[in-house]
Formats: sequence, structure tokens, C-alpha cells
Amino acid sequence: MSTVALPSGRRIAWQRRRRALSAAWRDFRHDRAGMAGLVMLSLFVAMALAAPLLADEAGLRAVNATANEPWATPSEFSPLGTDSIGRSVWTQLVWGSRISLLVGLAATLIAILTGTVVGIAAGFYGHHIGGVLMRVTEWFLVIPFLPLAIALAAVLGPSIGNIILVIGITSWPSTARLVRSQVLTLKERLYVDRSRALGATDAHLMGRHILPNVSGLILANTTLTVPVAILSETVLAFLGLGDPTNPSWGKMLEEAFQQGALTEQAWWYYLPPGICIVLVVMAFVLIGHALEEILDPRLRERRAS
Amino acid sequence: MSARFVTTKVLGSLATLAFVVVFNFFLFRVIATDPVANLFRGRNLTQEQRDTLIAEFGLGGSMLDQFWAYLKQTLSLNFGRSYITNEPVMSEIAEKAPATIALVGVSAVLSAVIGIAIGIVAAWRRRTKTDYAATMLTMTTYSMPDFWLGMLLLSVFGVSLGWFPIGGLEDPSSDATGIAHLGDQARHMFLPALTLTVAYLGEYALVMRSALLDTMREDYLVLARAKGLRDVVVRNRHAVPNALLPVITLAAINFGLVLSGAIAVEAIFSWPGLGFASYEAIHGPDLPMLQGLFLVFSASVILFNLFADFLYAALDPRVRDQ
Repeated sequence: MSTVALPSGRRIAWQRRRRALSAAWRDFRHDRAGMAGLVMLSLFVAMALAAPLLADEAGLRAVNATANEPWATPSEFSPLGTDSIGRSVWTQLVWGSRISLLVGLAATLIAILTGTVVGIAAGFYGHHIGGVLMRVTEWFLVIPFLPLAIALAAVLGPSIGNIILVIGITSWPSTARLVRSQVLTLKERLYVDRSRALGATDAHLMGRHILPNVSGLILANTTLTVPVAILSETVLAFLGLGDPTNPSWGKMLEEAFQQGALTEQAWWYYLPPGICIVLVVMAFVLIGHALEEILDPRLRERRAS
Repeated sequence: MSARFVTTKVLGSLATLAFVVVFNFFLFRVIATDPVANLFRGRNLTQEQRDTLIAEFGLGGSMLDQFWAYLKQTLSLNFGRSYITNEPVMSEIAEKAPATIALVGVSAVLSAVIGIAIGIVAAWRRRTKTDYAATMLTMTTYSMPDFWLGMLLLSVFGVSLGWFPIGGLEDPSSDATGIAHLGDQARHMFLPALTLTVAYLGEYALVMRSALLDTMREDYLVLARAKGLRDVVVRNRHAVPNALLPVITLAAINFGLVLSGAIAVEAIFSWPGLGFASYEAIHGPDLPMLQGLFLVFSASVILFNLFADFLYAALDPRVRDQ
């Protein structure tokens, strides 16, 4: 007796997801603003990855720069001039991109993971657990971000890991609220009831039915959380809470300000890091808005109308 | 507004405040290693003085005893002494608050008014060059670190052109009084206020634009036009008032943002308020001061949220009669 090999359920689900993904990519490619953001972001990621090729890391340390002229204007010797102790601004800019992007992405990862877990749990387990979780979320939403982050960072001490942690644990509540509101409507769907009737556990329902359906939303939210995290790192570093051994763009702005670049009119020190921050943040926002429009059916209708 | 609505909102705010107070305890007494050393760092103390201070601040005994002592201190607004100035934290804060209230107040109002105006114009002329220019402006200001904008304004209008003083509250060498004195302070406030205004008007413009676009689809606007009302009247009397509601909620959120933004911007312009005090406390580090500032910032944002809830209810009957 011969049997026809039927594709397994998992395979069907996998194929469906791949189709959805390629459809989303097709839509994204037609979104001019989103593509512009993607190109911009790729350039900065390339810069961060190729940092060792673009500038020698040793140039970040003051001892290696004392022979250079302080406050040198941009020249052939150093494409972006030097700071008050003769370090190349270009070197700092290139290596700073790594720290700024790393902190932005890692902090976002923490925020999104926490926000998703809290949001799904709060939406799925209505009354008591959900109520308590939402109350805590509201609390964190009300406490002003920067004073909280300053207090946390001052207590924990300045290191790159702590900065990531601080931004991560102050940025999750908006994701949690967003995910929860979506889960509240999802869990009333028929297929969830059907699966439950078939004996599915809560873990199975959340993992297999709820999570895949909020993943689009989470993806768009992630792209919009990264720029906030990068801006947060910038201001924390500027206030003196950044990691002194791993200078980021924000740290560069702090040093520029502390070294008196403003009164020296040393625009080559404080313009480039600021411009880089603006461009990276804008890139993420453009990508995020494009994804939101593609993945959120409500917005898609509005765009079509 | 029903009594029940008021009670619920007030109790909710009190619960949030209680959470902040408890959280503050954990932050500075539990997570921070050796709070005793932190509170008295940088001072040479005999064991005897140390013991007295530990008793005064309730840092001895079990965690529960400490928490109780902390609660009593916090409720009597005693946050210890700053170890930069050695003055009580609360009197430092009270002394510096007016400068911040003035700066944040002016900037919050201006950013709301200008942002809303931009949003109205952008929505009313949607998909024109004006609209795209407004969107570009809001995108750019959103993407900019606020203090960096302050650095740019300072270097152009303060250092290069010399139109405005580069920092401080007033000219220390001037002995002007009355109007001239106020004028001097206004000149000092101009750049920091401009920075905060430009940095935060984008969100108002964005929300106002989308709220007005939603309102513009309503039937009563078609009716208003059918009655032959002029475009300006349709806009200002029929469309804008209804679209303003979501913007009021935003004002509450933005107040916290402007207040936070003031921290770094005050540092740039040496504006002697709570933000500059935070900046100095970080560099101390002055943990008692940071702790007091954290509580005061949080409490003021909670209070402002409560105020916005009431304002919203007063303006929107659907919320009021819930």
C-alpha cells in the first residue's frame, strides 16, 4: 500500500510564514521612505563593522595622541580634525558607532523581551494577574524616564552593561501596553477556543497562537524602540553616566562640551556625532513607520483610502 | 465630574506616588551597595559621628526598621544633606525649583502652542509642500538629542554671533533692578527656552495633525461647509476644538519629557535649576541629592498627569459621565 506524503502541519505553517514575509518585503520595497531608512542604516552598520579597517583603535587613547596638534581643523592628516588632546575625531566617530548601535540594539532587546512577556501574560490572564501586571506597567509609564534612568545608572555605576540594563528596564512599558491590547482581542478568536477545547495548554496557546499573531506588531515596535534607546544612551552619556572606556557618540558630545569645543568653535568635534545620531535615529524611525503601515492592517486601510 | 471619578483618579495617583517612594527605597538602600558609605562618602567621620548619622537617617537595624525610618523621613520631606554643599537636600531643591519651573513652564506652553499651530496648518493643507515641510521639521526635531540642539544654538547665537549670553540666570556684574533685571533674565532664558520649545513641538504637531485629519472626515464638517461657512470658521470653530482633545493627554506626557529634557539643556546653558543640580549631583556623585531630585521629578509628573486627567474630563463629557 502506498501512501502519499502529506506535508506536515509545521511545514505548512513555515511555508505560510515565508510567503507572508516575502509579501511584506515586496510592500516594503515599494515604500520609498522605508527603503531610504534601510540604506542609511546599512551604511552605519557597515561603518560599525568595518571600524578596524577605517581607523586604528589605539588612536582613542590619549597617550597615543599627545604628539598630534590639539584642536587641529579637518585636514588630510585627520579627516575630521582633532580634539583638545590631539585625538582624531574620525577615529572616535568610527568606534563610537559600535557602542551607540550596540547599546541601542541590546537595550531594545531587553525592553522588547520584557514588554512582550508582560504584555502577553497581562492580556492572556485577565483579572488578577493581568490587573497587577498592568498596574506595574502604568507605574513605570508615569515615572519620568530620565530621572529614573539617572537614579538607576548612578546607583549601578557607569559600565556599558549597566547602561544597557538601565535603558532596557526603563523602556519596556509602552511595548507591554501595546502587546496587551492586541492580545486581548486575539484571545477571543475562535481558533484559540478551538485549540483550547482540543486540550491545548496555556503555554501552547500563547506560544503557537498568540505570539505569532503579535510578532508583526512587535517587529514594528522594535524598530521604533531602537531610536529611543539610542537617544537615551546619548543623553545618559552626555550627563556623565556613560562607560568611560567605551566612548559612544553621546560620550563624544560630552567630551566636546567638557573640553570647551563650543567656545573653541571646534565644530568638527560636536557636529559629526550629532549628525550621525540624527541620521541613525531617522533611519530607524523611517523603517519603523514603513513596517507599521505594512504590518498593521488598520493603518494599511487608511493608506489605501 | 462625579465624586467617584475624582476619588478614583486621586487614589490612583497616590498609589503611583507610593510606588515611587517604595521604589526609591529599593534603589538607594537595597540595590546600592553600602548605603551608609554612599550617604557619607567624602567626609572624614569619627566612628561616633558615623553612629549618630546612621541613627539620624535610620540606616541601622533590619531592612524593615530601615524602611520604616525611611518612610518617616520621606513624609517629613527630609532627604538628608547634599554632600556637595552640605545643605539639606530639600532646601537646595526649593531654592533651585523656581528657575526650572520658569524655564519648563515657558517652554512647555510655547512648544504646545507652536506645535499645535503647525499641526493644524499641516493637516488643513495635507499633501502640499507645507505639509511635507512640517513633517520634515517634526521628524528632524524628533531625531535630535535636545541638548545637541542646545549646543548648536549656543555656538551660533551665543558664541559666534554673540546675540545672547552663553549661560547662567543673569549677568552677575549688572546691578539692574526691576524691569531691566527681568529683561536680563529673559535674555538669559531665551536660548534654553528656544531649545526646549523646538525639541518638543514636533510631537504636538504630529498628534494634532493626525487628530485633525480624523476630524476632517466627520459629517458635521460637511454640514458646516454646506451652510456656507467660511473656511477659517469651519476650521477654527468646528474642526479644531474637537481635534484638540487627544492633544491634551499628550500635554501631560510631554510635561514629563520637557522636564527631563531640561536636565541636559540646563547643563548646557548653566541654567541654575533642578536640571543643572542633577548634572552636578551626577558628577559628585551626590546620592542624597539624586534621590531627592528623583522623588521631586516623579511627584511633579504624577501631579501633572492627575491635572491632565481632570482637564480631559472637564472638556470631554464622555469621560466625565463614565
